[in-house]
Amino acid sequence: MPEGEYRGMNLTILDVDHENVAYFGHCADHDFHLQKCTSCGLLRYPPGTACPWCQNREFEWTAVEGKGTVHSYGEVHQAIQPQFREKAPYMILIVDLDTQKGQPTEHEALRVAGNLATPDGDLAPPELVRQVGIGSRMRMVFADVGEGLSLPMWTLDEDAEQPENPWRYPQEYNGV
Amino acid sequence: MTPDVDATAPKFLRDKYAIIGVGETTYTRGSNLTTRALGTWAVKNAMEDAGIPASEVDGMMSYSNNDSTPSPMIAGDLGIRLNFYMDVYGGGSSSEALIGLAIGAIEAGMCNTVVVFRSMNGYSQVRIGGTGARARAPVGGDAVHTAPYGWFSAGQNFSPSFMRHMYDYGTTPEQVAMVKVIHSEHASNNPKAYYKQRLTVDDVLNSRMIVKPLHLLDCCVETDNATAVIVTRAERAYDYRNTPARILAVAGRVCKPRIDMHFQHGPISTVAGYYIKDIIWPNAGVGPEDIDLTGAYDAFTFTSMLQLEDYGFCKKGEGGDYVSSGIMRLGNERPNNTSGGHLCEGYTHGMNMIIENVRQLRGEVDDYCPVDDQDRKQHTFDYSGGACRQVPDANISMNLGWAMPGTGSSMVMRKG
Ligand SMILES: [Zn+2]
Repeated sequence: MPEGEYRGMNLTILDVDHENVAYFGHCADHDFHLQKCTSCGLLRYPPGTACPWCQNREFEWTAVEGKGTVHSYGEVHQAIQPQFREKAPYMILIVDLDTQKGQPTEHEALRVAGNLATPDGDLAPPELVRQVGIGSRMRMVFADVGEGLSLPMWTLDEDAEQPENPWRYPQEYNGV
Repeated sequence: MTPDVDATAPKFLRDKYAIIGVGETTYTRGSNLTTRALGTWAVKNAMEDAGIPASEVDGMMSYSNNDSTPSPMIAGDLGIRLNFYMDVYGGGSSSEALIGLAIGAIEAGMCNTVVVFRSMNGYSQVRIGGTGARARAPVGGDAVHTAPYGWFSAGQNFSPSFMRHMYDYGTTPEQVAMVKVIHSEHASNNPKAYYKQRLTVDDVLNSRMIVKPLHLLDCCVETDNATAVIVTRAERAYDYRNTPARILAVAGRVCKPRIDMHFQHGPISTVAGYYIKDIIWPNAGVGPEDIDLTGAYDAFTFTSMLQLEDYGFCKKGEGGDYVSSGIMRLGNERPNNTSGGHLCEGYTHGMNMIIENVRQLRGEVDDYCPVDDQDRKQHTFDYSGGACRQVPDANISMNLGWAMPGTGSSMVMRKG
């Protein structure tokens, strides 16, 4: 059973939860995969038990490039858990994957959540938080939790062209 | 995605049901009571308000996040023999949905009169903000996609929707802060409100940042309290003490697509109200221009704004202008949350905004105005602090209930 302790939380995926076991198992290999419907061919996120567009229950795990653009974010300044407090402010990013963006309808995308992280998967320091906003180009990294369980995270894509001024909330708080 | 379906219902129940009684406990932080004692207190107050004896109540419903006491305990304590009860899992926006289900239960012949209550120690037991024991709970299965990111409290969960609205439409922190300013003004005329102090935009913007874009004062208060309303057929409603609030329409827990992860379906700054409006307006037979006062759920300042916009009280994207225009202020065109709402009065998962609208429609809001020798309020319509909060000629009200950006409920009532 994939499980582990992460920032004071006990994370568990039951063996019977095959979709999540497979999803986080691929993450543990640092090889991002999503379910691709065998009927309509659309990818979906988060993992699920049928295709939301055609109701087909069959799928294939498919490697997906972990690159995309920040669609929106939250920036937590007053963390709740003690082990997040020492890392505040931290960002929760909603990233539009380049893959399948605008499909099957213009407002849809595979929007994969994750924290803003350093390239090794740790929560980003304030000087990195200050640089990221809506429009920032990101690449996926992973935070390893336990055997068969890693979490997707996002870091700035060093190779991509970044927007000059990614959109950030207008008011700074404690310099961020 | 499945194509949108026509969710409008036959209109034969429009105006056929009413709320005949409302009641609540005091709003505190530290009730020193069980949710059983709180629930009993609120239900008894609602029964006294209606003047209904226990023998004429035969249905009971409640909602909770496993942080309450079920109906049979409350009914037993009050000597109510039930022909129907149901206690469901749910938070915000359950109130309107359960009133709709109560109508259904009565219409099905299962019972005659239903009490709907919510009892919670949202401050001293299960913290609604997600702190305390909730922050230490193990995380399993689908929650592993969210909670390990420090993304599990309501404010944290909703923040990307709120941010995107600012990005999409240029909504400013100053505009949104006006929701808190106006609700605080209303609360200053509410003896029950937990926070009665009037605040300014600067007070909101200078309060500490919780999760951008939410300052402390953009977030509601956590309180301990219980609240109750009593629903019955309109033709029975006039047997009781107060002018009934007649129900024109309800919409219950209407969802955006993919609410398991609603961000997949944009625009993410659009909320469930976008879908609710197509049910509630035709079913009620009225439109935004007919509404005298609103109760737009204000777990956060942004919550009221996003809903008012998507229900059509203003054009899409102009929510910031709407909430900062003063239109929602007592004395102006369409006051919102005249009790002070969740931001100031207390947090009840939506019930207090229904109670407030019922009292407004009666013309008998419990403000600081004097009473006559019949114990009737003599409203002054002076909306300065510590005075009146009655809306003049309040005939039609709307409640806009919120669970999260992807789910909401609504109810339109008229003066009976
Ligand atoms: Zn499919």
